This record gives sequence, C-alpha cells and structure tokens, in this order.
Amino acid sequence: MPGGKEIRTKIKSVQNTRKITKAMEMVAASKMRKAQERMRAARPYSEKIRGLAAHLAAANVTEYRHPFLAKTIEGQKPRRVGVILVTTDKGLCGGLNTNVLRLTLNAMRQWEAEGATAINATCIGNKGLGFMQRLGANVISQVVHLGDTPHLEKLIGPVKVMIDAFHGGELDMVYIAYTKFVNTMRQEPVLEQLLPLSADRLGTPKGSWDYLYEPDARVVIDDLLIRYIEALIYQAVAENMASEQSARMVAMKAATDNAGNVIKELQLVYNKARQASITKEISEIVGGAAAIAG
Amino acid sequence: MSMTVHVDVVSAEESIFSGLAEFVVLPGQAGELGILPGHMPLMTTIKPGAVRLKLPQQDQEELIFVAGGVLEVQPGLVTVLADTAIRGKDLDEAKALDAKKKAEEAMSDRSAELDYARAQAELAEAVAQLAAIQKLRRK
Repeated sequence: MPGGKEIRTKIKSVQNTRKITKAMEMVAASKMRKAQERMRAARPYSEKIRGLAAHLAAANVTEYRHPFLAKTIEGQKPRRVGVILVTTDKGLCGGLNTNVLRLTLNAMRQWEAEGATAINATCIGNKGLGFMQRLGANVISQVVHLGDTPHLEKLIGPVKVMIDAFHGGELDMVYIAYTKFVNTMRQEPVLEQLLPLSADRLGTPKGSWDYLYEPDARVVIDDLLIRYIEALIYQAVAENMASEQSARMVAMKAATDNAGNVIKELQLVYNKARQASITKEISEIVGGAAAIAG
Repeated sequence: MSMTVHVDVVSAEESIFSGLAEFVVLPGQAGELGILPGHMPLMTTIKPGAVRLKLPQQDQEELIFVAGGVLEVQPGLVTVLADTAIRGKDLDEAKALDAKKKAEEAMSDRSAELDYARAQAELAEAVAQLAAIQKLRRK
C-alpha cells in the first residue's frame, strides 16, 4: 500500500489540473460564442460575392474569360497541386487538427499515386505548418498566430502567393483543407476544390442580363474573383476558429470529468489506506496490552 | 413617398449597413458616382473614400468610409462589397513576399525544429525509464 502522504499529494495535483481544465473550458465556451458570431457576420459578404461570381461565370462576358473560371476536363488528374491548409495555432482541442491533417495527408498520397509531380502548400496556423515541415512538403507561404479574430488583412499575402502560382500556370488545381463547423458537438474536416472555380459551387445565377462594367469587364472581374477567393478562405478560417473553440470546450469538459473520476478513486484508496493503518495501530495496542496483562 | 433603393454595405468581416436610401454617392474607379433608384445594372470597382447615403426622412446624410471594393448596381438594389484593408498592387505584393519569406525561413530552420522534436522525444523516453526504475525499486 502506498503511503497516505503520497496519495494526498497526488489528489492535490489532480485537483489543480482539474481547476485549469475547468477554466479553459469556460474560456473556450465564451470564445466559441464570439467565433460563431464572426462566422455568421461573414456570411452576407460571401453570399453576395458568390452571387456575383456565379453571374460572371455563367454570364455573357464574351470579351474576356478569366483563368480562374477555366473548365476542368473530366477525369483529368491534376499534375501540380496547391493545398491551403487551415489549422489552429494551439493544441488541446481534441482530434481537430489530427483529423484535418489525416485527410490532407491521404489526399496528398492519392495525388502522388496518380502522378502529381509537385505539391505546394500554404499553411494557415501553426499546427499545419509544423506538420508540413515534418513531412518535408514544399511550403510556399504561411501565416501563423492569427489570434482569436481572423483578419482578412493577414490572409491576403499568403493567399496571393498561391493565387499567383495558379495564375502563372505553376499549379493546375488549388484545394483548401479546413474544419467545417457543423454544430458545437460536431466539426467535420473537409477538403474542397478552390481553383479553378467549379460551376456547382457557384450555383446558377438568377438573371441573364449583363452588367455595365466600369472601367472594363476585365478589371472588375479580376478584382471580384480575387475577392471571392479571399472571402472563401476567410470563411474557412472563421469556421475553423469556431470549430477550434468548440472542440477545445468539449475536450476540456472531458478532461475535467476525468479528473473528477480520478480524484474520487484516489480518495477511496486514501481512505482505505488510512483505515487500514488505524486498524493496524489498534490491533497493535490491543495486542501489546494483552501481552502486558498476560 | 419618394423612390428608394435598397443598399447593402458588407465587408468580409461584417455587415456594415443595410437599408433603404434615396440617393447614393460612391467614389468609383472612373470618378464619383451618384446612383438613384432605377439605375441600370452596373459593376465597378471603387476607390477608398466615403460612401454617402441619403436616407428617407432624414436631412443628415449617412457617411460610411470604405477602403475600396466592388460595387454592384441593379435597378432596385445597390451592393457595396467593401474591403476591410487598404488594397494596392504594391501593398499586396509586399504582403505576399513577406509570407513567402517567412515560409522559406521556416523551411531552412527546419533542422533546428527537428532537433528540438528529437530532444523532446528523448527526454520523454528518459523520464519514462526513470519512472519505471522507481516503480521497480519500490517493489
């Protein structure tokens, strides 16, 4: 039987751990609410811009066809692939990063098996960056330490590197991997095709008129599509952050519960040990007294 | 009751304004634009500046500053997709270069990080061994 003092110290240490996980759970819960609000706040913009992009994709812009809207040939395997990997900066959020990294890794293996010659990565978030570096992948741009609020300003640079690579013909396809926020208990890792823009993603436009472009169609479409891509990425980052906080909340709740169970068990062991030592003492005293009396 | 047009000013991070206006003035790429209800479909980029909205039953004009963006006009609807950051070709380029440089630095720094990871793994192993030895001794 281990000594009573050792068990007491152990109980104290688990109690301290539980305090920390409890605090982290509450912090994550309040951050999650804010992250969800931000996610919702970003929705009108991306809906509007998707509507416009859909219109452009289908519209009667005869004079100019943007490379982003190039049609992918059915069944053609991508040769040079770009991946934008969105992960969290910090850990302690359950299997969130592991899931999205596994998905990405499997996809990368498949591309390689299908004959992809180059895979370039843009990493948003620390965890993905570390993973890609361990893997030895070609990281062409990165951004880490985004904080709790995603800012588009920070994303523009790294995303531009990827878009420029696509524009310059260095990449055939660009994917984005992130964790989609379904609800507080459920987050799904997803890998979506970003470029070229697929028609089903854009949906069908409402009308069939054409706009008056000023100064000309080309400039406006260039600007708009870059913004559309950025809005999609921003949305992904915002969803990823909401997922992170809710995953952390759930993970920390589980840790707090586990700590409670461990404390209960240790308390039981401690009580038994204490009782045993008291019984032992009494029997010794009784035995001693009996020896003297006898 | 005068004619109004529905105006939405949205940025990637939030919705800034949504409501009816009688008259909208925007800093268009080719010059100041004034838009009245029933304007023909138009799409243009806008420069950084103020969007002025004349709201119905209000003397004061509503002012919203935008850092550029895209304007879409339909007969009954004006949508301003505002940028949250000041954009410029050079500025964006600088940001892209910065992100690229960071990635390259991190790549060349990989050996250091790997060493750190390996050291950490070795440390964890040593700690586990120590714990095992202590357990054996106690028995």
